[in-house]
Amino acid sequence: MLGRDIVRFTLRSVLDRRLRSVLTALGIAVGVTAVVLLTSIGEGLNRYVVEQFTQFGTSTLAINPGKATTFGISPGVLNSVRPLSLEDAEALQRAPHVLNSVPAVSGSASVEARGRERTVNVFAVGPEFDRAFKFDVRLGSFLPADELDRPRPVAVLGATAYEELYGSANPLNDRVRIGGDRYRIVGVMEAKGDMLGIDLDDTVYIPAASGLTLFNREGLHEIDVLYDENAPVDEVVAGIRRILLARHGSEDFTITTQQQMLDVLGSILNVLTVGVAALGGISLLVGGVGIFTIMTIAVRERTGEIGLLRAIGAARSRVSALFLGEAMLLSGFGGAAGLVLGFVVIAVVELVYPAMPVSISLTYVVLSLAVAVLIGLIAGLLPARTASRLEPLEALRTE
Amino acid sequence: MMLLEQICRDFQVGDQIVHALDHVDLSIAAGEYISVMGPSGSGKSTLLNLLGLLDRSTSGTYWLNGKDVSRLPDNELAEQRQLNIGFIFQSFHLIPRLSALENVELPLVLSGETPKQRRERAREVLDAVGLTARVDHRPDQLSGGERQRVAIGRAIVMKPSVLLADEPTGNLDSRSGQEVVDILESLNRDGICLLVVTHDAELGQRARRRLAMHDGKIVGDVRQ
Ligand SMILES: Nc1ncnc2c1ncn2[C@@H]1O[C@H](COP(=O)(O)OP(=O)(O)OP(=O)(O)O)[C@@H](O)[C@H]1O
Ligand SMILES: [Mg+2]
Repeated sequence: MLGRDIVRFTLRSVLDRRLRSVLTALGIAVGVTAVVLLTSIGEGLNRYVVEQFTQFGTSTLAINPGKATTFGISPGVLNSVRPLSLEDAEALQRAPHVLNSVPAVSGSASVEARGRERTVNVFAVGPEFDRAFKFDVRLGSFLPADELDRPRPVAVLGATAYEELYGSANPLNDRVRIGGDRYRIVGVMEAKGDMLGIDLDDTVYIPAASGLTLFNREGLHEIDVLYDENAPVDEVVAGIRRILLARHGSEDFTITTQQQMLDVLGSILNVLTVGVAALGGISLLVGGVGIFTIMTIAVRERTGEIGLLRAIGAARSRVSALFLGEAMLLSGFGGAAGLVLGFVVIAVVELVYPAMPVSISLTYVVLSLAVAVLIGLIAGLLPARTASRLEPLEALRTE
Repeated sequence: MMLLEQICRDFQVGDQIVHALDHVDLSIAAGEYISVMGPSGSGKSTLLNLLGLLDRSTSGTYWLNGKDVSRLPDNELAEQRQLNIGFIFQSFHLIPRLSALENVELPLVLSGETPKQRRERAREVLDAVGLTARVDHRPDQLSGGERQRVAIGRAIVMKPSVLLADEPTGNLDSRSGQEVVDILESLNRDGICLLVVTHDAELGQRARRRLAMHDGKIVGDVRQ
């Protein structure tokens, strides 16, 4: 029997019972749609998060107080944690390959200007911050390079904070009150958007030392380091560790590179994507049960036909191939329809919710189609075997 | 062409053994016209199925074209059926979703014939059974007699050496039955060996060789 004749024969029997075939294939289609849709959302989320984290460049690392171990921060070590100081940040400026070292404290506080008041995010940072993270200044300048521990009381407004407090008036040299202290406005930043839901524009920047006072803290939340992107990361980390060890006496700090952060996030999000794919896979499985049921019924209904095929010379393996082909055709149809349906739904979602991060993952698209056909194969295996094992004479006698 | 030696076919029914064929010896030459008659349950169908390699004997030897086919493996039996034997059943056994032409084509499709050649051959055969005008009809659009003629077409499309017909007119009225018999007999005149199982005495008398069966044994073998 020619290959195309096998296809034609199976196609004929699938098309002969159109409604039944469509309903059976629908089970698989829904499964494939679910997998495509869910994994696209997972993949979209993945990309969204990675984009959020890499918008400031990838050659950064963060130093936080306390030693993180596999088991989190162990309390015994926590006792002897020395705070990260402004001097630490300054010292790291001289570490090998380091371009900028930015001390950071943050919190929220209320800002008063020209009789208006607004609660904003306060980023108390070093003067290198704008260069390190590629923030642009719209008006005036960023925080001046004063001595770290004795800065002048000046502040820079984020785009939203500026518009809310001043509208379009000139804020430069105006005096504002932030949490009780008075600051002079020296600049306004360009809008930057948000990162993981935090509005980077509804902010006020003040010198790191002022932030320590404002939030009544002994040490910094974090030191962010921007290093030469051509430098080997290990060397950069080693240099920083050496300097901090010398200053603190023990390793009571944690260095996290951007790459580590991305890796951890990536693996979490991958687990998520695989999880939702498995969820979609369950509906594929249900579709497979549908195919199994329909094929079992088909073998029973067409027992006479099987007997005839055997009588006119079809070998057992041929009968088996014909029924397997039918099962795979059903699941293949279902899979293809599911893909189309999935793409349509994704297109609609992108149209209706442009902000929703969806991104079609080709791997999962190919995988779900392959799994659909494989499920058809497995679901058809037993009915096909039943068909091929029928004795021709007995099959012919069944009417 | 066909030679049965001491063929037995036993069926186990409960704890009883039914001897459907009981030490049958039979020799059939090419081109013969044979009828098989006998009471119900005498083993006529069993004999026919055995000759058609749809069934295996419990003991004895069956020589087909000089080859011992009594113990052939399954797929070789299928091949022998495909090459040598045409079946005609009482209930036609056409595939309902296929047209007359496609039903006739089916053995050629299975044997891997190319579409062009098998189409030609199938049309030829449908012409021969007088269904030129019905090639695209599905079985449910055909009368009983026409269906049986399609089935005959399918049986002869591979040019087998023997046609085995088990009560081919059993489901037909006398007029279409007569048409079917006419076609079968003309095929026999063209050289095919014809073996007909029938309860119809008149039809049975037409054969040149008449076998009578009783209790699994051939009790009469009359030649004209
Ligand atoms: N598959 C089977 N299982 C058990 N017994 C069977 C089977 N097939 C046939 N027999 C028995 O073998 C005997 C012969 O059956 P067979 O069908 O050959 O009779 P027949 O001459 O064709 O009868 P009829 O004229 O009614 O068609 C009967 O007793 C029948 O019951
Ligand atoms: Mg019978």
